[in-house]
Amino acid sequence: MANLEIDFCGIKSPNPFWLASAPPSNSGYQVQKAFEQGWGGAVWKTIGAPVMNVCNRYGTMDYKGSKIIGLNNVELISDRPIETNLKEIAETKKLFPKNTVICSVMVESKKEAWQEIIKRAEQTGCDGFELNFGCPHGMSERGMGSAMGQVPEYTCMVTEWVMEVATIPVIVKLTPNITDIVHPARAAINGGASALSLINTINSIMGVDIDTFEIKPNVGGKGGHGGYAGPAVKPIALHLLSAVGSDPEVIKRGLPISGMGGVETWRDAVEFMLLGSTSVQVCTAVMHWGFRIVEDMIEGMSNWMDERGFTSPHDFIGKSLPRISHFGDFDLGFQSVARIDHDKCINCNLCYIACNDAAHQCIDLKEVQLKNIGNGNGRLMPVVREEDCVGCDLCSTVCPVDDCISMVEIETGRPHVTWNELTKKRPEITQDWGKMEQYRKEVGIHIH
Amino acid sequence: MAEHYKPVKYLPWEMSLEERFQEYYPAYSEREAVLEANRCLYCHDAPCMVACPTTIDIPTFIRKISTGNVKGSARTILESNLLGASCSRVCPVEVLCEGACVLQHDHKPITIGRLQRYAMDYAQEKNIEFFQKGEPNGFKVVVVGSGPAGLSCAGELAKRGFDVTVLEKREWGGGLDTYGIVVFREPVEVSLGEVKMMEKLGVKFKFNTEVGKDVSFEDLVKEYDAVFVSVGLGAVPEMEIPGEKMEGVHDGLEFIEETKVKPLKDIKFGNRVCVIGAGNTAIDCATIARRLGSERVSIVYRRSEAEMPAYHFEYQFAMKEGVSFMFLTQPVEVIGENGKIKALKCKRMDLGQPDASGRRSPVEVPDSEFEIPCDMLITAIGQKKLTYITDKLVNEFGVKLIKGYISVDEKTNRTAHPKIFAGGDCIRSHGEASTVMAVEDGKIAANGIHVTLCGEGAHREPALASKK
Repeated sequence: MANLEIDFCGIKSPNPFWLASAPPSNSGYQVQKAFEQGWGGAVWKTIGAPVMNVCNRYGTMDYKGSKIIGLNNVELISDRPIETNLKEIAETKKLFPKNTVICSVMVESKKEAWQEIIKRAEQTGCDGFELNFGCPHGMSERGMGSAMGQVPEYTCMVTEWVMEVATIPVIVKLTPNITDIVHPARAAINGGASALSLINTINSIMGVDIDTFEIKPNVGGKGGHGGYAGPAVKPIALHLLSAVGSDPEVIKRGLPISGMGGVETWRDAVEFMLLGSTSVQVCTAVMHWGFRIVEDMIEGMSNWMDERGFTSPHDFIGKSLPRISHFGDFDLGFQSVARIDHDKCINCNLCYIACNDAAHQCIDLKEVQLKNIGNGNGRLMPVVREEDCVGCDLCSTVCPVDDCISMVEIETGRPHVTWNELTKKRPEITQDWGKMEQYRKEVGIHIH
Repeated sequence: MAEHYKPVKYLPWEMSLEERFQEYYPAYSEREAVLEANRCLYCHDAPCMVACPTTIDIPTFIRKISTGNVKGSARTILESNLLGASCSRVCPVEVLCEGACVLQHDHKPITIGRLQRYAMDYAQEKNIEFFQKGEPNGFKVVVVGSGPAGLSCAGELAKRGFDVTVLEKREWGGGLDTYGIVVFREPVEVSLGEVKMMEKLGVKFKFNTEVGKDVSFEDLVKEYDAVFVSVGLGAVPEMEIPGEKMEGVHDGLEFIEETKVKPLKDIKFGNRVCVIGAGNTAIDCATIARRLGSERVSIVYRRSEAEMPAYHFEYQFAMKEGVSFMFLTQPVEVIGENGKIKALKCKRMDLGQPDASGRRSPVEVPDSEFEIPCDMLITAIGQKKLTYITDKLVNEFGVKLIKGYISVDEKTNRTAHPKIFAGGDCIRSHGEASTVMAVEDGKIAANGIHVTLCGEGAHREPALASKK
């Protein structure tokens, strides 16, 4: 069993799995129960300004019988008094000294307010702070949450206020509801943040009831944007994580990142960590299944590490980051084509219709000799016309059979050059269609 | 029945008689149906559709269930098969659509039959009328026999504006779907609902009207522009062994019929029952007897397991129901006491050379006679051809036969007589007799009649015009 311990800007955590600041980390009862079941840390549900909640608070995105592939909410920060929360944080930290307890904070944009709550909360013995600059609903309308995170100057300013008084690490939580997340990330760094966490939830309307015309979630006949989370947002989170993680400023300061957004299994966690997360935070999956999912997360990651000879998560954190590149640096000479294993093909012809209607019409339905006569009904099989295949990969993505369609790299003799290199060496090709056509003829690219 | 079909828990001693004769598979709930529909890969040029004799666009109707467009799903089914409700229950899906499903091999095939039933039940419950009587085109067609072939032909013609009259010798329409399918597979209301659907399309039904008795073929051919003969087949033939007229010996089809038309508690059954034959009707009889309460039910068959005509899933079903099978056993005599059956005398058989049907023929084992004690004997060894009808058609109208079945042109289902068309079991000289085949026969004949009377290409337009 691999050692999953991580060092997050000096905070030692028994494993990288933390509860995100959210309903599962609302109380001492919940966080202590989570620690008993194996969670390495918890970011306490945000404490701060007084709030009143509404109901209903959640809307879900379900897909083909699978519940909650996405979850949105209009719940606010903790609706319990600050005093109660601080008392339970102290109690929890005392009971679980080895587990990480991060106190999430959000108050109105006044220096005294921020500094006062930081000083009070430090007395709980918590390991660090997370500044909630991301909540996209309810709080943002009052000038807090994402209203702050969306303006880099505010992010920097408030971080500075906090850093003046904080003696423990401070994580700045970033909102995804912004054009380029790198700007607030740099602002947090300039403000002196010890670490970053992302992503907070994404603005969303979950749906409309087509019988009643009500908005989901429905708050007494009305609805509005809420924060979107869950497995469906993972690709967005991974992108923003990699954007921040590969930013030279972030790399220079060596700030750790706590990643979140759709982490449901150890596999998701590994992906986040490969793109630079030191710890991962989880909410939706716990809201769906409870704290018990952490047992598999720990065991699954540990088995995965053992198989690869990793002894610490720090052996693989960020390992995929160097692969994050830009379109202009991709190899234009890399060519793959689809190959169909006809002995595995079940003849659903989904590849055929996808290629024919939505790609490049390079799959034909033909008679095929099979090795094992699995298919005795004489039906035509999909066959790729390799010389016309553009290697788009659509067919293999729609194929329902494992390893039936594989994308195989072939050598075409074309130059291995990138768009950027081409732009530099022969700019005329990238600006003139006639020259482009000429170049294609020259290197043997035929677009049918 | 296929493994992945999970029937209701069957503990007969805990169930009332009525419960035992409820539909074997419970109806899908909305959630079950949508979940199952979502499993469908939505194949392009799907093998299931190719395997359906009526070429229902199965991926499309399943997709419509998954999107909540159940009404549209039902329309997709009925556009290809007006008897979609019966077919969803009685089709041998394991050898047709589900057998062809691409998920058959390493997964579980989609339960196409049950999904179709879900859509059909929805349409029935909501009382949706999908089609209307077509603009009258002035032609009159008579359909003889209201089984699935007759209903399908009548409905398709009515949609196209024909004036259609169906003659039915029995009290109710629907043919074997009404009278001959075991009630826990298809309740009688389903088939009668299909008769009603045709009535709403403007088809006129004359029940208790038998051709040859109440009305003559001569009059029909004279009075109507076309005649569709879908008379089916007759009763179970005699076994031609001594004692078969004895009390306690029953015709299998009549036995099944009782479950459809009588209160269950009024059906007489034996305690030790022998069923002769090993086709699907024999399986139905044996399982009915078990569900009525017979303690021992044996299927007696002169050939072996490999030659039995029942579908494999029917055979498995019967075994699950506690029916025992006596293969290579030839009945030779019904033994009685005071005119009532007491036992069935049989001989052991061996398999010899293949016969005309390609199956190895049974050969008697000498001195192997033995008796099976029984108080009821049910015969299910096929159906007699209705020679009184075919003779007349041959002698007076020049209709041709193949192996005693009416011979038709495959593309139009027209007989050798220009006005007489035929379909259903009475033309099934080869292939499997089934509801879905009969429905397709009716469609082919309706097209044939339409093209013959209205000209080439005529059949295309009305099908579209019938859409609401």
